[in-house]
Amino acid sequence: MTSILFIIILLYLLSSAGYIIFLFAQKEIYHQWSYRIMMAGFAVHTVLIGYEFFRIGYFPAQNLHQTLLFAGWSLAGVFLLLKYRYRLNILGVYAAPLTTAIMIAAFCVPAVVVTPTPLFKSLWLILHIVIIFIAEASMALACGTGILYLIQEHAIKTKTNRFFLKRLPSLEFLDRTGYAFIVTGFTMLTIGLITGFVYAQLVWGKFWSWDNKEIWSVITWLIYAALLHGRLVAGWRGRRAAIMAIIGFAALLFTFFGVNFLLEGHHDEFTKW
Amino acid sequence: MMNSQNGNEDPSGTPKTGPVMSDIVLIGVNHKTAPVELREKLALSDEEADNAMKSLQKMPYVNEAMIISTCNRVEVIMVTKNQTLAVKALSSFISKTKNIPPKELQTSIYILSGTRSITHVFRVASSLDSMMIGEPQILGQVKEAFKTAVTKKNTGLILNRLMHKAFSVAKRVRSETGIGGHAVSISYAAVELAKKIFDSLDGKTVLLVGAGEMAELAVEHLIRNTASGNLLVANRTFSVGVELANRYNGNAIRLEEIPEKLKTVDIIISSTGSPDYVITRNHVKPAMRSRKNRPLFFIDIAVPRDIDPAINRISNAYVYDIDDLQGVINENIETRNAESIKAERIVEESVIKFTEWYESLDVIPTIIDLREKLHLLMNMELSKTLQTLPHLSENDQVAFQRMSESLIKKILHDPTLFLKNPGSHRNRSVYLDFTRKLFNLDK
Repeated sequence: MTSILFIIILLYLLSSAGYIIFLFAQKEIYHQWSYRIMMAGFAVHTVLIGYEFFRIGYFPAQNLHQTLLFAGWSLAGVFLLLKYRYRLNILGVYAAPLTTAIMIAAFCVPAVVVTPTPLFKSLWLILHIVIIFIAEASMALACGTGILYLIQEHAIKTKTNRFFLKRLPSLEFLDRTGYAFIVTGFTMLTIGLITGFVYAQLVWGKFWSWDNKEIWSVITWLIYAALLHGRLVAGWRGRRAAIMAIIGFAALLFTFFGVNFLLEGHHDEFTKW
Repeated sequence: MMNSQNGNEDPSGTPKTGPVMSDIVLIGVNHKTAPVELREKLALSDEEADNAMKSLQKMPYVNEAMIISTCNRVEVIMVTKNQTLAVKALSSFISKTKNIPPKELQTSIYILSGTRSITHVFRVASSLDSMMIGEPQILGQVKEAFKTAVTKKNTGLILNRLMHKAFSVAKRVRSETGIGGHAVSISYAAVELAKKIFDSLDGKTVLLVGAGEMAELAVEHLIRNTASGNLLVANRTFSVGVELANRYNGNAIRLEEIPEKLKTVDIIISSTGSPDYVITRNHVKPAMRSRKNRPLFFIDIAVPRDIDPAINRISNAYVYDIDDLQGVINENIETRNAESIKAERIVEESVIKFTEWYESLDVIPTIIDLREKLHLLMNMELSKTLQTLPHLSENDQVAFQRMSESLIKKILHDPTLFLKNPGSHRNRSVYLDFTRKLFNLDK
């Protein structure tokens, strides 16, 4: 187990190093190999999670260790997919190290044994978790794209930093790609919340119980809804959209971890350590 | 042998006597040695180039020749047995057909031979000798010139090899150095920047404010990148604007229409002689709202400036003035110079390799190589044979040796004579190359 996790981290680490070299050296070959290495890491990662699933018999997201493991998996998977679709190679400089960091965190957090309850076996719950994690990964990438946008915009505006100007793609492209990530993430977030409500209805007999997690989820959802609405109606593009993507992701992170650590509510086991 | 003693002012090479090998000689003028007036006069039309080729073909001491004629250079590359005569004949041919006094020609012309001519050809093809180092057109022009010479059957073994090497050097320089990748003119810099703001320039609308020559220069390159885009020209004198717009399939507008047009255009190039700002923050602010914050790129090449620099502080609006663009250009020139050191090294390497091959075409080394090869074979076979005949006395062995030696001499006698003088109208290099291939001397 530990050694497999170690291999995964090593592969992601290699991929990150490759992307950082790519940032400086700008040779196609570097990002191509980084992408392949990350794919290899992702393959091993998938095997690990699949193995866990079969070993314990329910979806492995019951403690912080497993949650981080799955968060890293979603981020890597969504990045591999979206990068293939949108060809934003340089985003690897953000995605690969972030994935590596999540995996190292997972490595450091001890795996607390949780006694499974039948509640965890519901298909709705599995759907809920998978979809929400994909949404979160997309939003993480949207945030990364937003950061790249702000860096590039700063370089163009101040006319001083030629390093990034040369290496990052055009503002329009970053803006459009970030938007695509948010649309993907928002769709998934919406479906994920619906599956969550359905699950709550099945388990507790009510859709909504004014739980902190629920409230914050809806707040996050509203932030992204506002962002999309602003873009379509008032033309919130470029800088403002980039900043909103970063704020949205911060809110999302708080909903994901902050609520569990600072406030109380259901979803507790999810970050147990 | 290789001959590189020639300088700019000394067209008279040492007269060559006896069977010396022919030399690669390059005669020409370029943007560094001749003013544009002279280059204009010298530039050859296709027909004139054709005639020049023909007269070169008639010269008995010129074996191969080609002519490169672009707006920045006119160069003739020849393989000749008699450099002095060839240069003289060519110079007089030029001054006659182009009506330029030989004196005037003398001061701007350069004559290179040997390694220097090879280096020059490689540098030209790699765009290291261009006015704008790294510009991509020159390679195509050289290729075209070579193709013409080939179809006219004016090239042979040496020029073919030289030019093919030149093309591969140019390719290496392009792929291994960053020499072609940096914008070094205002319009290139503007396009480079525009491409960092807009994903693609295709379909973008360009607004030209002021219809001066400077603006036209800047817009030309930009227009080439905005394939299906649109051009608007706003000028104080409307008719001048209309004329310029027509030339690029655009439309002319009045200066008063600019604030309204800011809602739809994407790139603005301004170059009026106005002492005040033509476009201010107050024009742009409301336009941004109705264009839903789609980016707006201002290129201000006017001095004094036309575009209020405060516009740069508005979100999604970007202003570059002439100094900012100059900054981009300067930095690119620096990178380019650094890269050209790498490029020169590649050229140098290739010149050495080519020279090795070229020198091998000389008579003496070829005959020596041939003799050495035969000696090697003989010694091998002799020692093998002598081993099987241990009963032979020392004297017998020496006799064997002597016989083999004289056999080699006899065998080499006729080929040596032929290679030293294959006949006055024959190109010796071809026979030398053939000999080297036949006996596999370059292994």
